[in-house]
Amino acid sequence: MSLTAFLQYCLTGISIGGIYALIAIGYTMVYGILRLINFAHGDIFMMAAYFMIFAMTDFFLPWQVSVVIVIVATIVLGVVIEWLAYRPLRSAPRMSIMISAIGVSYLLQNLATYLFSALPKGYPEIPFLKQIIHLGNVSTSLVTFITPILTIGLVAALMFIINHTKVGMAMRAVSRDFETAQLMGIKINRVISFTFVIGCFLAAIGSVLYFTPRATVNPLSGALPGIKCFVAAVFGGIGSIPGAVVGGFLIGISETFIKAFGYSEFSDAFTFVLLILILLIRPSGLFGEKQTEKV
Amino acid sequence: MKKKTKVICSLLLAAAVFVLLYIVDINNTGNSMLATVLQLGAIYALVAVSMNLLNGFTGLFSLGQAGFMALGAYTFGILTIPVESRGMVYYLYGINDVLANAALPVPLAMIVAGLVAAFFALLIGAPVLRLKSDYFAIATLGFSEIVRILIGSSPLNTVTNGSLGLKMIPGFSSFFTPFLISGFCILVIVLLLRSSYGRSFKAIREDEIAAEAMGINLSKHKQMAFIISSFFAGIGGALLAMFLGAVTPTTFPVKLTYDILLIVVIGGIGSVTGSVIASFLVVACKEWWFRFLDQSMYIGAFHVPLLKSGFRMVVFSLVLMIVVLFFRRGIMGDREFSWDGIAAFFRRLFRRNRPALSGADLPAGDERNGGDGHE
Repeated sequence: MSLTAFLQYCLTGISIGGIYALIAIGYTMVYGILRLINFAHGDIFMMAAYFMIFAMTDFFLPWQVSVVIVIVATIVLGVVIEWLAYRPLRSAPRMSIMISAIGVSYLLQNLATYLFSALPKGYPEIPFLKQIIHLGNVSTSLVTFITPILTIGLVAALMFIINHTKVGMAMRAVSRDFETAQLMGIKINRVISFTFVIGCFLAAIGSVLYFTPRATVNPLSGALPGIKCFVAAVFGGIGSIPGAVVGGFLIGISETFIKAFGYSEFSDAFTFVLLILILLIRPSGLFGEKQTEKV
Repeated sequence: MKKKTKVICSLLLAAAVFVLLYIVDINNTGNSMLATVLQLGAIYALVAVSMNLLNGFTGLFSLGQAGFMALGAYTFGILTIPVESRGMVYYLYGINDVLANAALPVPLAMIVAGLVAAFFALLIGAPVLRLKSDYFAIATLGFSEIVRILIGSSPLNTVTNGSLGLKMIPGFSSFFTPFLISGFCILVIVLLLRSSYGRSFKAIREDEIAAEAMGINLSKHKQMAFIISSFFAGIGGALLAMFLGAVTPTTFPVKLTYDILLIVVIGGIGSVTGSVIASFLVVACKEWWFRFLDQSMYIGAFHVPLLKSGFRMVVFSLVLMIVVLFFRRGIMGDREFSWDGIAAFFRRLFRRNRPALSGADLPAGDERNGGDGHE
């Protein structure tokens, strides 16, 4: 492998890793607060892609406006899902709320198949993001280049929100102890909604970045990235945002190199092997806190 | 009710079911939807009960059922495809020399299919069972995907025929085969659940620490539950392979696990009867009764809105969400079918001054109606 090819793969890997990181944050935050694997998150990501197609192909809006619409629509979708499917089960056993999440994922996939058919749909072209830029010997499209930068920027902003604002403090409190937070006057439903807003915002941006170089969307195209990002979140330590980012980048880069070495049929299996290994060696992940169970 | 009466009632019920199935069978000219739905329902019932054994009775939330079914189905397929037609099935990649002549009769192959699934459960069980609830779920989900990917991968082409999958798997020799096998396996699971092992499983579900304090060996029992569940999922996979006649890696997606989970949820987590009823109901709705939703329809000149391809699954998922959100206990909750329950139900029914039924009586009634409705 020549140096140029190596750098090219690095860039691709970092770019896809950045997208995984954005989605993984959605998983990790929801899990940190609700202790729920939000199985529907990958499908929300998929729906965001369809919103983009709607806005640009069916309503001929410019891409700048479309992106804003996609973000708003995705956030609304996520908050409505939380409101309808997770909130009524707040006091239910964890198994029920997880089953509810699986049910939502199933519903979104079937709904997308019904509304947009199971055939792949063309993702609209965004010429600005697709323009080719050259960095030394490596040439790539702009979207590949700006993804990691955007990811780092968004994560920094998110860390600021969590560490230095009131709502961030509330989120930390709720994730530490649900009931005590409630006793301290934190409106947990509002905090949980806000968590979904952030998660869906990042998923919407991730969706634009992910599908721009990929050209087509189908109703199942959110499922696999969804699970991979969950693995990224587990790898980094669920509940930890820096962990999710590191996990996302790591999975993105290793996947790209596995494909580069010609084992692309195993690249998905690798993610799952990594998942099982990390769960066995260090179940709390890289940056996760060790949980002790109270009797 | 006396034990003798119960036995007689059970035998009568079994005979009635047999007669009904027989009627379906002799009226089955070609591809009757009813016959197909009943057979598929019986297969799903076995897999759902095997999943319920883990999720409902032992409290281990597993999402690996599709993987174990795939293992069972492929083992069964490889061992039972007629030796003379193997060249045709493996026309592209050729067949592994060891397997070329390895053929077993169907019953034996089915047991081997179960054993292979159980063996893999044993392999991954020891490490994976250390994980807590949702981590266990996601690890088993990962395992199921790994199995599916490996089955379709090129190094195993001469064994599993890669993404082309297996064809010409022998079908059921008689209409009754799936009912007999599935019924027998479910009976074994029910007997197991009534034994001291079954009680230990339930104790683990209720409270692990208390169960351990009572002298139950946690890891051993969890491992047992996992292996037994996988064994029957493997047999279910073999039955599915017989039913379909052909399997590919895409026959066993994560969605299959979800389908089965949903059957378990609709039937009631922790109820064998519930799982059985729900699997017939769900299969009938999905494959038959809801079919009309997929075709556009005119009443006179009025075009009924919304009906088009895919709407069936949307309605189905909505029903499911309603069950999950508002009827969390499903059809049966964690109760089981019993003749005592039915007797009590009828006794209440005939006592005229009690118009309102109390909750405890309802299951028997539901059960009875559900049972009659689809058999």
